[in-house]
Amino acid sequence: MNGIPMEHGLVLAAILFTLGFAGLICRRNMVFVLMSLEVMLNAAALAFIVGGTAWGQPEGQAMFLLVITLAAAEASVGLALLIQLHHRFKSLDVDAANRMRG
Amino acid sequence: MEIAFYLSGLIAVLATLGVITNTNPVHALLYLIVSLISVALVFFALGAPFAGALEVIVYAGAIMVLFVFVVMMLNLGDQGAAQEKAWLRPRIWLGPSLLAAVLLVTLIATLWSGDAGRMISGEVLTAKAVGSLLFGPWLMVVELGAMLLLAALVTASHVGRVASPDKPEVNAESGARKEAS
Repeated sequence: MNGIPMEHGLVLAAILFTLGFAGLICRRNMVFVLMSLEVMLNAAALAFIVGGTAWGQPEGQAMFLLVITLAAAEASVGLALLIQLHHRFKSLDVDAANRMRG
Repeated sequence: MEIAFYLSGLIAVLATLGVITNTNPVHALLYLIVSLISVALVFFALGAPFAGALEVIVYAGAIMVLFVFVVMMLNLGDQGAAQEKAWLRPRIWLGPSLLAAVLLVTLIATLWSGDAGRMISGEVLTAKAVGSLLFGPWLMVVELGAMLLLAALVTASHVGRVASPDKPEVNAESGARKEAS
């Protein structure tokens, strides 16, 4: 056995992405929704790395850097929204914020 | 290298299952950190050490610490966990999980029907190649990433403030009234 087939890496990325997706649409607590989003972004980054290493090119790792930038931006904005949600509604239920008032 | 890949991939899947099924936010966060570190090990096993180090430093080190701080600041008690348990009834999670499983089967079937057939030999791509790519032909993309981070900084500091925009005037008014009285 010399090396890992590319499909195995992509299947791992697909499994992680699907788990994050299931968490995203099952949960109502915003902390868990944000964590599931992180899992999904991480799975996408894993797919980029698998592709980059399979072809032996550094573009995969460069794209990983951009995905990690996106994840940091998304986490900071999402956590600010989470703090606002907790402050205004005293709850982390995303359904509490389904009315557009102020 | 193969053993490291498959073992850390298994740990990543199990830890992610722990994330999405846990009801305690702090335990779920710790599972998520385990998942991210095992994905970093997958990167090392695939021959991308720069990406693995960045995953540990930025993801598990910075973003997850941000999550932990916010969860600690909100002080979610046992009441939240009980509410989570009430929300996690099988009637609620069965349908979405079924849809996600169908999506997974479709993804895997598509992957296997393709004929990529490439082997990852674990040849190491160092940070030097990544850096000369990023600061050579991809310079514009780095600038765009910097602008994205700046926009996120402004948005987080605007949205994350506790007082609403008309609050300071009210406070100033009451302060003035206090001084007048």
